[in-house]
Amino acid sequence: MSRKRLTRRQFVAATAMSSAALITAPYVRGAYAAGKLSIGFWDHWVPGANKASTELVNEWAAKEKVEVSIDYITSQGNKNLVTIAAEAQAKSGHDILAMPTWWPHANAEYLEPVNDIMDAIVKENGAVNDTVKYLGQANGKWLGVPACIGSQIKGPCSRIDLMKKFANIDVQAMYPAGSPPKADNWTLDTFLKAAEACHKGGSPFGIGLGMTSDSVDSAGAFFSAFGADLVNAKGEVTVKTDNVRQALEFYKKLIPLLPPDVGAWDDASNNKWLVSGKGAMIMNPPSAWAVAKRDAPQVAEQCWTHGFPAGPKGRFAPYLPYFWATWNFSKNKEAAKSLLVHLSKPSSIEKLVVASGGYDLPAFEKLTTLKVWAEEGPPKGTLFSYPNPYNHQKLSIAASPAPPKIAQQIYAQGTLTKMALKYAQGEKMEDVLAWAEGECEGFMRS
Amino acid sequence: MADVVVGQASVTRSAGVRKRSSLRNAVKHKSTVAFLMTLPLIVLIAVLVLYPALYSLHLATLSKSMTKFVGLGNFQFLFKRETFWLVVEQSCIFAITAVVFKALIGFIVAHFVHNIPAKGQRKWRGMLLVPWVIPPAMSTLAWLWLFDPSYSAFNYTLSFFGIGPIPWTGDAAWARFSVILVNIWIGAPFFMIMYLAALKSVPDQLYEAASIDGANWWQRIWYVTLPMMRNIIAITALFSLIVTFANFDIVRILTAGGPLDQTHIFATWAFKVGIEGSDIPLGASVSLFMFPILAVAAIFILRDINKRGNEA
Repeated sequence: MSRKRLTRRQFVAATAMSSAALITAPYVRGAYAAGKLSIGFWDHWVPGANKASTELVNEWAAKEKVEVSIDYITSQGNKNLVTIAAEAQAKSGHDILAMPTWWPHANAEYLEPVNDIMDAIVKENGAVNDTVKYLGQANGKWLGVPACIGSQIKGPCSRIDLMKKFANIDVQAMYPAGSPPKADNWTLDTFLKAAEACHKGGSPFGIGLGMTSDSVDSAGAFFSAFGADLVNAKGEVTVKTDNVRQALEFYKKLIPLLPPDVGAWDDASNNKWLVSGKGAMIMNPPSAWAVAKRDAPQVAEQCWTHGFPAGPKGRFAPYLPYFWATWNFSKNKEAAKSLLVHLSKPSSIEKLVVASGGYDLPAFEKLTTLKVWAEEGPPKGTLFSYPNPYNHQKLSIAASPAPPKIAQQIYAQGTLTKMALKYAQGEKMEDVLAWAEGECEGFMRS
Repeated sequence: MADVVVGQASVTRSAGVRKRSSLRNAVKHKSTVAFLMTLPLIVLIAVLVLYPALYSLHLATLSKSMTKFVGLGNFQFLFKRETFWLVVEQSCIFAITAVVFKALIGFIVAHFVHNIPAKGQRKWRGMLLVPWVIPPAMSTLAWLWLFDPSYSAFNYTLSFFGIGPIPWTGDAAWARFSVILVNIWIGAPFFMIMYLAALKSVPDQLYEAASIDGANWWQRIWYVTLPMMRNIIAITALFSLIVTFANFDIVRILTAGGPLDQTHIFATWAFKVGIEGSDIPLGASVSLFMFPILAVAAIFILRDINKRGNEA
């Protein structure tokens, strides 16, 4: 029953030896040594596009020994927005989540700053445009990494034949594939004349005035072309200005030239308008053209995506960027950032853009001239001008430059399209402005 | 002797006490069993109904950034908004019109079905229930295609008669008509089946007695059928009013609240403000505003039913 007692000296020696052994032992990595990572990507509508992002993630996961799981979350029925809201409330969810436009700002206090990786990404890929900075930064803090998946410009997609026939405009000559645009005459006046000619010819432009994103984005670009801001960057209401009045007068002239039901249009209506062969122009990313390629090839081969008409205050195009953001309650922030760097490599971005058939747009200036846009067709070069390769137009978002949390309300409530409709339907200008002013004052609450 | 008597009395008393207490235990036991049997449902309701309700009450008292308590501040803010009162008005028009027409159509169709010979009745009952059985989101999508702004099947058909095109979802009045019509189409079969069950429970002797007294068709409806169905009509109307007030899918799919917010109801506007506008506390306040309206309706209708129950 004798029991050997461990002396203090022996204990210290044993501890020191074990520590030394642990430190000097070779580091053995298990299959998933760097833990787990869950990702919520936007569910792409282009068949096969999700496969490219899965491959990129798996390639990174195998190298970094991270166990990954990907959920593709649709924006149909705003399921992605509901997911963002639920995860913010629950303080639990994906380590990386795709957030469109306003949502990084709306959740700014719950997001992990990514300045540390953004500096390197910008250095490699080039600077981002002002709209990306406006939506992705808060007080100098990057709230997410600009994602190319889902990011889009909603510029005009015109019918080459109908525009020539009715409006005597050669859109291919105006925006040639492979060289800078020759669109000095492509102004709002020319646009209105073309809209009138196509309306008379029985192929009206299809520009929605509903409350969904396509309608609001077009209105935003037209309002910006007149410098018509409802709320300025300081958060002051600036509804009752001549610029806003001019924008409403423009819409009053345009609305009778559009299909009579545009007030009820949703984001599918303009696509259907183009694919059916009824319309001479819509404002959309190339999704309508891609559907036409499948369902109505004779329409697709006459489509040409190009720049917005210029107004008195410049040429603006609606731009909707997505971001990949990481919650500050994420359990694997380091792995998340490492993956975001991998997804933002030029080779990764090119792979994603090619897989989307040119639909996805990188936010970085060095990546707007990829081969895919020059080669996509028919007709060949139809997407050449889509990524704004010559910075011919300023990329903007409706309701900017108002502080993002106010702008989001203006955007979500469709205040711009409602103003245009109210005025066109006969309400007095001052009544419409007073109504909009009241709405904007309500959006100021914090 | 006295001791013995006292002892017997105490034995009798203790037997009585034991009997009573075992009975009490049995009752207690029964209620315990009943409670345990309903416990899963109670837990389910607590987790899925009570907790979210209390949580939304809590959310409704927070500022937009959800960082400070504002009490009833969100409601005060809503009361000053023009759009909010538009939504209140529309929700009332939507719910009341839809419930009245559902009840009316359900009542008429229930009579038709009741008069069909028993052999073929089951077939008709099944067919008439189809709109109620199909998930509303699916059937509303079909209606959306029928009402489509540019390619409406209705307008296509009407064009053969030189009518239209009608802006089913593009004009405020037509859009309201469309969402109410779809709600009636989906909800009327529920009224029909409830009224049919009530009609079957009205004793034939009452109609016979009324006929002997010389009552005509209208008098039989007014003095026999309706009084016998009053409770079921009231309960069905209350139930439907609650469900219709809280409707979301029909309006969301058909018009998304447009044009110009003219078809928004509480649930769709709450979603617009709370989720799309990232103002969850205000969205919660909008959805909670339904509660007092429905509570008042429920109190009146249930009090009426209770009163009639006591009179009976």
